[in-house]
Amino acid sequence: MSPTPIELKDISKIVRRDVLTMVLEAGSGHLGGSLSAVDLMVALYWDVMRIRPDHPVWEDRDRFVLSKAHAAPALYAVLARRGYYDVKDLLTFRKLKSRLQGFPDMHTTIGIDASVGSPGQGLSIANGIAMAARMDGRQFRVYCLIGDGEAHEGQIWEAAMTAAHHNLDNVCAIIDRNMMMGDGSTEDIVALSPLEDKWRTFNWHVIEVDGHDFERLGSAFSEAASVKGRPTLIHARTVKGKGVPFMEGKPEWHDRKLTEELYEEAMRALG
Amino acid sequence: MAEMGLVDIRHSVIETEATNEGYERGLIELAERGFDVIVMDADLAGSSGTSEFRKLFPDRFLDVGLCEQDMIGTGAGLALAGKCVFVTTHGMLAAGKAWDIIRSTICYGSLNVNICGADAGLSAGGAGGSRQSLEDVAVMRTLPGMTVVVPADAVEARKATIAAARIPGPVYIRFASARVPIVTTDMTPFTVGQAAVYKQGGDATVLACGVMVYEALKAARSLEDEGLSVRVINCHTIKPLDRAIVNRAAVETGALVTAEEGSTVGGLGGAVSEALAQSVRPTPIRIVGIEDRFGESGRHEQLLAHFGLTARDIAAAVREVHSRKRGAAEIEE
Repeated sequence: MSPTPIELKDISKIVRRDVLTMVLEAGSGHLGGSLSAVDLMVALYWDVMRIRPDHPVWEDRDRFVLSKAHAAPALYAVLARRGYYDVKDLLTFRKLKSRLQGFPDMHTTIGIDASVGSPGQGLSIANGIAMAARMDGRQFRVYCLIGDGEAHEGQIWEAAMTAAHHNLDNVCAIIDRNMMMGDGSTEDIVALSPLEDKWRTFNWHVIEVDGHDFERLGSAFSEAASVKGRPTLIHARTVKGKGVPFMEGKPEWHDRKLTEELYEEAMRALG
Repeated sequence: MAEMGLVDIRHSVIETEATNEGYERGLIELAERGFDVIVMDADLAGSSGTSEFRKLFPDRFLDVGLCEQDMIGTGAGLALAGKCVFVTTHGMLAAGKAWDIIRSTICYGSLNVNICGADAGLSAGGAGGSRQSLEDVAVMRTLPGMTVVVPADAVEARKATIAAARIPGPVYIRFASARVPIVTTDMTPFTVGQAAVYKQGGDATVLACGVMVYEALKAARSLEDEGLSVRVINCHTIKPLDRAIVNRAAVETGALVTAEEGSTVGGLGGAVSEALAQSVRPTPIRIVGIEDRFGESGRHEQLLAHFGLTARDIAAAVREVHSRKRGAAEIEE
């Protein structure tokens, strides 16, 4: 049974609290882009993807590639809450000998399908996995979460061409369109808009959606799964720092250090 | 060294072949033997040695166009899903343009993606400095988990290709599109990570890779006439370096020359120097290669002469280290 949108919202709140606690405990980490992506990953891991947390390397599982790898805290919290490993492990994030490295490492963290770190590389990986699935007659789907600032990277557009050229309808990319990057607004730095039109021109099926609305996200992922002959891009409008009012839409919270006081304030705001 | 099954280079006619032909034969053999191999190329199939494979195994071949970075990343995905992947492009595009993807995706993930640098060294010939790859071995060698192999000839290139498929992590193999002399045979032993002594000698040692193995053998012959007994080692694997054979050569011959068709910065010469500097005894060394500069246009064999990469240059380097070794011995006395 799929969880209801209200249940998903509750899970998201727990994951956001985990993210804040992890980053406070680690003394560093990317909050803004993690919080904007939490709902997307919660939707994927609780509502969309076919996975078996008790069998993380099940061959027919859907795959997830976190191209915007700096959102690792969100993914780690999602995996822990989904049962891949103990929630207590989250407190080791970014620490020496931790299984939870600063950016996702498939060899140390259970449930990570691909090691990622350098920006712009995830979609190519997702395409390769999807091609292999097709060659081997496997039905699983591959999801790839891309940051909007990351869409500046040329390799993203190489991969966008590749997926469309090879009709990879088992690939679903999601853009976390929070309009912000480390140094400010994406539109002020190097404008991306109209980003959804760029993907359409690259022959992708594009779905625009509010990236914090679970009901609409559910329909978007269902639509993506039904599209034949083309990869799908879910253009998810999100808010950087979502859930913590003083972080929302503030580029400085891309990777600013969290103090105890601000942590308490953020936790109160999340409720 | 009859047991090495080498070609006798004193023959008047030495056959030549581009090493990427050996790459192609290796790939075809892998597919025929049932390896789940996928070959990728970035619009180079005409020259890199994958065109015949493409004809024979179209379902196992992928031309990605001029998207070297995406090719390496897609290769990573294919490897994650269990495929044995060979990606092919110019050495300088693989090692240069796609280095970050090789580092952050392939090596960090320890994936079975084998990177084949075609047209490497000076073999891009007429294309000149911007397209010749002289730094590829050095930059590939710095990557944790990366194996780096520079085959001496097309026969060895085939063996290296097949060996790479069996190595679980990434391998960078460097190929030449120019014809180079064939010095080995199917009988010649080849194991990745194990350098091979091709000629014994006690006065000095030449460690060579790629086409320089042939030049080193020629140099050793000519030095014999001068009364110098020179050991020649095919050091095809730059990483992991066969430190045992290097140390043995240092102890037993006391003078080393390395020879490679690439930059003197960080390649075979760099690897051997690092090993020697931390070894049992300080040993005079000379690095024969291209001195910290870009290449230029010309025919391959002209360029080898122009940049001082011939048997004559190796012989001069041997005489020089050998005299330094004698000088050092005199000081000790």
